[in-house]
Amino acid sequence: MASSLVYFSTKSGNTHRFVEKLGLAAKRLPLGRDEPVLRVTQPYILITPTYGGGSAQGAVPKQVIHFLNDTHNRNLLRGVIAAGNTNFGDAYGLAGRIIAKKCSVPLLYRFELLGTDDDVARVRKGVEEFWKRQT
Amino acid sequence: MNTMQRLSRVDAINWNRLQDDKDLEVWNRLTSNFWLPEKVPLSNDIQSWNTLTDKEKQLTIRVFTGLTLLDTIQSSVGAPVLMEDARTPHEEAVYTNIAFMESVHARSYSSIFSTLCATRDVDDAFRWSEENPTLQAKSQLILERYRSDDPLMRKVASVFLESFLFYSGFYLPMYWSSHAKLTNTADLIRLIIRDEAVHGYYIGYKFQQALAEATPARQQEVKDYAYELLLELYDNEVRYTESLYDEVGLSEDVKKFLHYNANKALMNLGYEPLFPSSVTDVDPTIMAALSPNADENHDFFSGSGSSYVIGKAVATEDDDWAF
Repeated sequence: MASSLVYFSTKSGNTHRFVEKLGLAAKRLPLGRDEPVLRVTQPYILITPTYGGGSAQGAVPKQVIHFLNDTHNRNLLRGVIAAGNTNFGDAYGLAGRIIAKKCSVPLLYRFELLGTDDDVARVRKGVEEFWKRQT
Repeated sequence: MNTMQRLSRVDAINWNRLQDDKDLEVWNRLTSNFWLPEKVPLSNDIQSWNTLTDKEKQLTIRVFTGLTLLDTIQSSVGAPVLMEDARTPHEEAVYTNIAFMESVHARSYSSIFSTLCATRDVDDAFRWSEENPTLQAKSQLILERYRSDDPLMRKVASVFLESFLFYSGFYLPMYWSSHAKLTNTADLIRLIIRDEAVHGYYIGYKFQQALAEATPARQQEVKDYAYELLLELYDNEVRYTESLYDEVGLSEDVKKFLHYNANKALMNLGYEPLFPSSVTDVDPTIMAALSPNADENHDFFSGSGSSYVIGKAVATEDDDWAF
């Protein structure tokens, strides 16, 4: 099965930069809430930043919630990767934990900011093997 | 060289008309994170403080005095110069919040001192801070950039202060916390660490927005200056670290923490990390003190654990989730 990634990134573009470094095909969720919601057509892994700086309130970006509120999209979600910052203590990558719990999928990986070269290598390899195991 | 459009006049600020959504997003984050040192029961650390040796007490007071100096610089010089370079009234308002919170941070260290320490020891440490060459050198390196007329380098210096220079100091309360010492003090420091992350992120974001408008030649120049400044600060941090931590045998691990945070400072500016993972492997107990679940295995890909099971129930905003 071909790897399929969906991600969200704000104007600061950290998660976008990480996905660029992965070099894998990926669809970006629209920034504006007026834009049409993305509809996926195959199983995918979601990459999302964590918002809010420390509390569960607002940790998952609204645009991601909006996207996952579509049952069709939610049913095709297979795993989640979260970006964050350890400075936020136990809220590090919290968006990933919340989505994993809500949608009963594994939290596959966490990385900080743009991600290091090691993060990129691990995720690239991990995603590939993950899809092989799924078939 | 200065292509940035500064605000030339003052108009009434309208938060319902934004030029940049990020300003409101960060304003909301910062204001919802607001705190004061009185909220932390520092006096519960008195017993623990008395278990430290005289050397350990002196080290702790010096480290906190060094942090106080950085917070003071950021509050009285850093945030105000960034305000001058602001391009939206909302950005200016965010810097007023940053300036005030830096004052709260500086004030917090004095709360720790008045709760735990002898006045004479604290006075000694303030004298030490005025005379310590490496502490004064880092202060000068940053102040030179703040006093320059280069708005991009002012932001670079500010992000390095927020996201890199604090960490030789933040290491120590995380270390004590990992040994079940001064745990309330560590709780207070974690609030500061959380704030500094938002500051570094926001100033770095504004830097990247401004840099994107510069010519490729100018972009390259700024990048070279930024890495040059980082290395200059780093060399000085190594000396500062050794002068403080050698006698408790922690210098090498503190340096790893410096590398780890220098990488994050660069990333806040949109630059690639500099230090390889072989020198950023901070003691896991320090990482756990910083981020209590950082030691949980969330690397599902490595196959070494079952991260499918989410250990702790997380409160979610059910109102926002239709399912």
